Amino acid sequence: MSDTVHMQAKEALRRGSSSYRRLPLTSGQILLGLGLFMLALMIVVTVLAPVIAPFDPSMTSASSLAAPSSQHWLGTDSIGRDVLSRLIVGGRTTLLITGVAVFLALAAGLVLGLLSGYVGGIVDDVIMRLLDVIFAFPVFLLAIAVVAGLGPSVPNLILTIAIVYTPAMARVVRGPVLSVKQWDHVEAARSVGVSELRIVTRHVLPMVVSPIVVATSLTLAQTIFTITALSFLGLGPPPPDPNWGGMLAEARQFMELAPLTVIAPAGAIVFATLTFIVLANGLREVLDVGSVG
Amino acid sequence: MTEATKVASDGTAPLARVRDLSVVFPARRGKPPVTAVDRVSFDIEPGQTLGLVGQSGSGKTTTGRAVLQLQKAHSGSVRLLGEELIGMSSSRLRRMRRHMQFVLQNPYSSLHPRMTIAQTLAEPLRVHRSVPSSRIRERVEELLELVSMDPAVMHRYPHEFSGGQRQRIVIARALAVNPDFVVCDEPVSALDVRTQAQIVALLQSLQEKLGLSYLFIAHDLAIVREVAHNVAVMFGGRIVERGSVAQVYDDPQHPYTRMLLDAVPIPDPTIQRERLRAAPPDLDFAGPEEDGPCRFGEDHRRTGTAPFHVDGDGHGVSCRSWPLG
Repeated sequence: MSDTVHMQAKEALRRGSSSYRRLPLTSGQILLGLGLFMLALMIVVTVLAPVIAPFDPSMTSASSLAAPSSQHWLGTDSIGRDVLSRLIVGGRTTLLITGVAVFLALAAGLVLGLLSGYVGGIVDDVIMRLLDVIFAFPVFLLAIAVVAGLGPSVPNLILTIAIVYTPAMARVVRGPVLSVKQWDHVEAARSVGVSELRIVTRHVLPMVVSPIVVATSLTLAQTIFTITALSFLGLGPPPPDPNWGGMLAEARQFMELAPLTVIAPAGAIVFATLTFIVLANGLREVLDVGSVG
Repeated sequence: MTEATKVASDGTAPLARVRDLSVVFPARRGKPPVTAVDRVSFDIEPGQTLGLVGQSGSGKTTTGRAVLQLQKAHSGSVRLLGEELIGMSSSRLRRMRRHMQFVLQNPYSSLHPRMTIAQTLAEPLRVHRSVPSSRIRERVEELLELVSMDPAVMHRYPHEFSGGQRQRIVIARALAVNPDFVVCDEPVSALDVRTQAQIVALLQSLQEKLGLSYLFIAHDLAIVREVAHNVAVMFGGRIVERGSVAQVYDDPQHPYTRMLLDAVPIPDPTIQRERLRAAPPDLDFAGPEEDGPCRFGEDHRRTGTAPFHVDGDGHGVSCRSWPLG
């Protein structure tokens, strides 16, 4: 197989002109490209949501559960709101919560994981045991408990998701740090007299970025799923603001009458989740990361 | 400069003085603690090289790391320029690191893969503020020239260089802050033979030029004979013999030293084949901890002295780890 690649490379070279670009793409590169394209699509729709949504997502109309028409591309829901507009604007809420929550989990996980892995000893034991306590609860049970205690609101949901996913992120960071901190170039930096903080940030962290990037992408996928599930259970952002999980819950009872009201948000959830999974798999292959987590 | 420098410059005290240095790795999973380095003592004079030889696992590298305080010592004393390093606060220790540097064995792993050569060489300069930041570039060029490399390569990454070139860069990094003492841990054993000779020659010329002292850790006896002034032979975490190169190589006292020297291949196929055919010496050097007088007639447990006997010329030999019978 490498022979073929080699010959193709030679062929490309012979033909001159920015040669190597003509090598066949690896499956990782294709996945990564697809993932980035899907992500870009999602970001564009999210950012431009108020502009491209054809209707006010909370505006009701006389025609409830209408079939798709030139006016309402995806029909209307049980109280006559435009499904497409709710889908577009609802995606905004869902993705915002996801993005902020995962960012917080990543930040906390990075600090705790680096501290735990690099310092080791009793610090490691204390941090990891505390995180184990969180880890020991099923994600949903913990999320339901926190939201039930604090009340359903966007900040509470973000906090909940961040707390729930911090242990996983911390573990992903800690693992490679444990081995990287014993690498020769880290020892060399220590012998030169570089401060511990600088060793961690300049000599250890850059070596563990790849697995973290992959894990973050996977966590984003999981988080979208968790958030929509919580919203479906009525623990998401309060109505009337649309969100995918809530839309699914409202539409459920009219599933036979207007299947599109269920299929549309479900499809959006699948698309968003798939985006990050494809991205993660592409990154995993391109960045040459083994299994994560 | 500091008081320490004055002590060294009067010429009487050794640059580095190691006394009864021990390193113990704690017990793990039911296994007993391991004494990797057991009461090791030696001095290194300014501008001199001490070669540390011994087989794999004899504690050479651990000794080097413990001297540099990269490995926590269990007990003993390490004085560099008259200052005790063991128990020194970490901020003072970091400042002391400008006097002692480390050249690691594997040049493929001891450079940060994502830092350019310029960044790698500038790091010690910034850490120790040894030159103003406007002069860092100049100093980096100087360092590359010092190790016979083209300063134009400074913006390249380590993977663009061969093993020998990388080891030159590692040496340049060690010399960046003008150290007095460099621990070279098997600095050439990862290189091919021709490159080995070049790096050894470089280390020797740098010693002459800059008056460096080396602790040269190696298992290649020929190279140690070439670079070292004094030699210490380690076995099982102990120094079993210590003396000048001539003393140890030409008049080995300890049976382990003799065995080690006998193991060096002879460049004559007939003789060498003959030697290989003969059964290798199967000696049990572990020897029990002696109670009562040792083989030199001294009861170390009673007198509290180290089990080491030094003759008038400074040639020392351990009374431990002698094979039975």
